[in-house]
Amino acid sequence: MDQPIIQIKNLKKAFGQREVLKNINFDVHKGEVVTIIGSSGSGKSTLLRCINLLETPNGGQILYNSKNILEGGKIHQYCAKVGMVFQQFNLFNNMNVLENCVVGQMKVLKCNRQEAEERAKKYLDHVGMLQYINARPRQLSGGQKQRVAIARALSMEPDVLLFDEPTSALDPEMVGEVLKVMKDLAASGLTMLVVTHEMGFARDISDRIVFMADGIILEDSTPEELFNNPKHERTRAFLTRAMDK
Amino acid sequence: MGEFFNSVQFILNNYGDLLIKGTGVTILLAIVGTGVGFLIGLLIGIYKTIPIRDEDSAIKKALYKIFNFLLSAYIEVFRSTPMMVQASVIFYGSAWIFGLRLNPVTAGMFIISINTGAYMAEIVRGGIISVEKGQFEATHSIGMTHFQSMLYVVLPQAIRNILPATGNQFIINIKDSCVLSVISVTELFFQTKSAAGATFDYFPAYFIACVIYFVLCFSITQILRYVEMKMDGADTYTIYGTEPVINGADTLKRGDK
Repeated sequence: MDQPIIQIKNLKKAFGQREVLKNINFDVHKGEVVTIIGSSGSGKSTLLRCINLLETPNGGQILYNSKNILEGGKIHQYCAKVGMVFQQFNLFNNMNVLENCVVGQMKVLKCNRQEAEERAKKYLDHVGMLQYINARPRQLSGGQKQRVAIARALSMEPDVLLFDEPTSALDPEMVGEVLKVMKDLAASGLTMLVVTHEMGFARDISDRIVFMADGIILEDSTPEELFNNPKHERTRAFLTRAMDK
Repeated sequence: MGEFFNSVQFILNNYGDLLIKGTGVTILLAIVGTGVGFLIGLLIGIYKTIPIRDEDSAIKKALYKIFNFLLSAYIEVFRSTPMMVQASVIFYGSAWIFGLRLNPVTAGMFIISINTGAYMAEIVRGGIISVEKGQFEATHSIGMTHFQSMLYVVLPQAIRNILPATGNQFIINIKDSCVLSVISVTELFFQTKSAAGATFDYFPAYFIACVIYFVLCFSITQILRYVEMKMDGADTYTIYGTEPVINGADTLKRGDK
């Protein structure tokens, strides 16, 4: 396999005395869809937030195309290339849907307005939200907001897209529309790193699944292997609980 | 009653110009005071919400703390003393210490501005921290710098949120500018006092001032409400692109009748 896009080496993060990430090692290759599962408090979200530098790790390395991004340098350019979709959508409330997808391209990537709007419309069409470009975030449903948030991240044409529990804040009937968009993206070859509680979805779209518990990675294998033949007792217990729901 | 109206009529005829000039100065003081105060507050509010991280250099942290202390001192001093006293101290103090002879209106604008700035600083800071943390995180995730994040996403929302408080400050400034009469700023209250003193018709004179103050404040309130509505945008939005058109929809509607 070729060089990984993102390599995590011995990553550590503590909030005060509490160690949330103990010693994380894993890689994401181009075009891969990697899902991170585990119970609440296992450090999944913190790991994702460290990769996007929303949290500053206390130790270890994050290599992006073999360069350690924690050694300073062009953090903002790195962030622009590693997109993030949040549980709470976090659309810019002072802008309409189109502006949400345009502002980053213009201010960070320095595109001109026409170019930025064209790209924004292309991705809004992708997620089925092109009709709503004049709407304000407060006028949209949760599922619509999340689809716009995905289009906003895609408009930056990122190398990797991180999803932090993208369906956890949605009403059950809206989960489907967001998952469908994510499935299409996975099929289109986008590199994705997804934290989710949707086990069926994880099994369907992932190339690899990572199981985390207490700040360490317990298992890192293919969906078939992990779901049918989990190596750890804790993985088995978690999957039984998650599948019962 | 007739006597009262005669007296009002008399004051308006003879001192009307004076009162209009005074009203002009009052409006000027309120606009400059609120405008400049808002800018001072904005700058301090932005400064106070700059994220300082553990890995920043010791010099940067120390400088930040020293300047932050000075700003806090400014805010506390001006919030904890009456504007009338501040006006007297600054006006007579600048003459006593530096030998400056300030124009009272200029001095008045300066005093009301820095006084408002002290209040606005806290209002702006509150407005910034009331913007959800997720908004900052989203700007960060698309690669914006802290400055860009403030400029394009956080401040527009913060300013919208503090508009009612700013309007309040504006109204307070219209009314409280009257304390500047203590350093002979020729605003409405000062001019009313002159008219009252000259005619000995105290009640009619102050009654006129009362009506003028009320009209000023009430109009400002309405204007600000309108601005807020404009800033919130329409409640509806237009659908982009062509909606599927049902052929003969027009004929159908007519047929219903």
